[in-house]
Amino acid sequence: MSQQSASADRTDAAVADVVVVDYGLGNLRSVTRGLERAGAAVTITDDVDAISSADGVVLPGVGAFGEGMENAGPFRDTLREVAESDTPLFGICLGMQMLLTSSEEAEKAGQGDAKGLDLIPGTNERFATDLTVPHMGWNELDVQREHPIVDGVDGEHAYFVHSYYAVPDDEHAVVATTDYGHDFASVVANEDGTVFGTQFHPEKSGETGLRILRNFVDLCVDG
Amino acid sequence: MTLTKRVIPCIDVDLDDDGNPAVYTGVNFEDLEYTGDPVEMAKRYNEAGADEFVFLDITASADGRETMLDTVSAVADEVFIPLTVGGGIRTKADVKETLRAGADKVSINSGAIANPDLIDEGARAFGNQCIVISVDARRRFDENGEHYVDVDGESCWFECTVKGGREGTGLDVVEWAREAESRGAGELFVNSIDADGTKDGYDIPLTKAVCDNVTTPVIASSGCGSPDDMYDVFTDAGADAALAASIFHFDEYSVEECKRRLDERGIPMRR
Repeated sequence: MSQQSASADRTDAAVADVVVVDYGLGNLRSVTRGLERAGAAVTITDDVDAISSADGVVLPGVGAFGEGMENAGPFRDTLREVAESDTPLFGICLGMQMLLTSSEEAEKAGQGDAKGLDLIPGTNERFATDLTVPHMGWNELDVQREHPIVDGVDGEHAYFVHSYYAVPDDEHAVVATTDYGHDFASVVANEDGTVFGTQFHPEKSGETGLRILRNFVDLCVDG
Repeated sequence: MTLTKRVIPCIDVDLDDDGNPAVYTGVNFEDLEYTGDPVEMAKRYNEAGADEFVFLDITASADGRETMLDTVSAVADEVFIPLTVGGGIRTKADVKETLRAGADKVSINSGAIANPDLIDEGARAFGNQCIVISVDARRRFDENGEHYVDVDGESCWFECTVKGGREGTGLDVVEWAREAESRGAGELFVNSIDADGTKDGYDIPLTKAVCDNVTTPVIASSGCGSPDDMYDVFTDAGADAALAASIFHFDEYSVEECKRRLDERGIPMRR
């Protein structure tokens, strides 16, 4: 697969080189445009060297956990190396769920051996059956603790589409929660704060989402 | 639960005389009036707080399709909210190219009635969340339906129509909605041929009949004349989202104003 480069919209700011990991998923257009709008120079890539040398890495995702991990298999070691360095690694939706250790979704599909990246220990569980699933639409972010990715978005609405949600082993990994039947983790981060993810789609969450993408790009520049 | 109700502007896009994409809006069932540039309108509604955006390609021509997909991309590059694209989607390849152009969801109408397997195939390949099944419903008061509701003291069923309501299919809307859901539709988009263009409010019995029989989110469409009509379809019918076109296009109400009025009346809204 070839690499596609694009220039930044926010030309006045220091530009961060951000890669969006292409592991065979369809629409990466919105996340790419959103990151460009936030000031990043974006490369969509499946090249491990490009991933290793970036200022920041985005792991996007739509679809099922088992397939996602299978497709992301060739990048597992590289992504774990990125996590060990200080380079920000940002998982979105399924990409966030893949930062954890396991998922009920894969277990249900008979893919119980499909292991997540295990960068944030924990699992992903399905919403209760008495709720409309998927949880789809705009819902509120309740920030639980400080993290640069959620600067300025407490109490704002973000756009969600998902049936499973992250349950980190360590409660400190929960950066923000959202209420759907009960409070679930809508933003998570590891101990060092360099590996994090949002269950919602910042690239579809209007100004709130663009703010989060700018927070991410600022982290990449600082890093 | 704080999941908000959604307010969704919709544009019908055709090619103008020079072959450029343009938004047209029906006025009192008759002529289509030129309303504006699709990208400019999308930007305006986004700034006004639209929760999603629906783009319907009404060209119905192969030539138009290429231009339309470019326009979808131009809209997707400007508007960072969910974008649903419909019109003329009949195959899995159509679904794929529309999503690739930047749509988050595709709305499929007669293409799914002609080939219901398209729902299963689309959901499997791209996820339930991006397959929206759209129906053009018409009230029927005869004996041919399966699911009847009381409308002003009369027993009524709703038939799926095609070709803008000009042709019936004999298919009961409620049964079709259930089937579409079981095949993997992630959302149902319910239009009413009877209410379309009236501005007398949504078809509440129709919307309620669908909402009561599925768990998939339902977008109510056709007939909106004011934010109060949206209030009614949220509270009386149980719709998850309310779609409108002309009240926004002709500046009778802004998206902002609708959302503010709904918020004041206690409907959970994204701010």
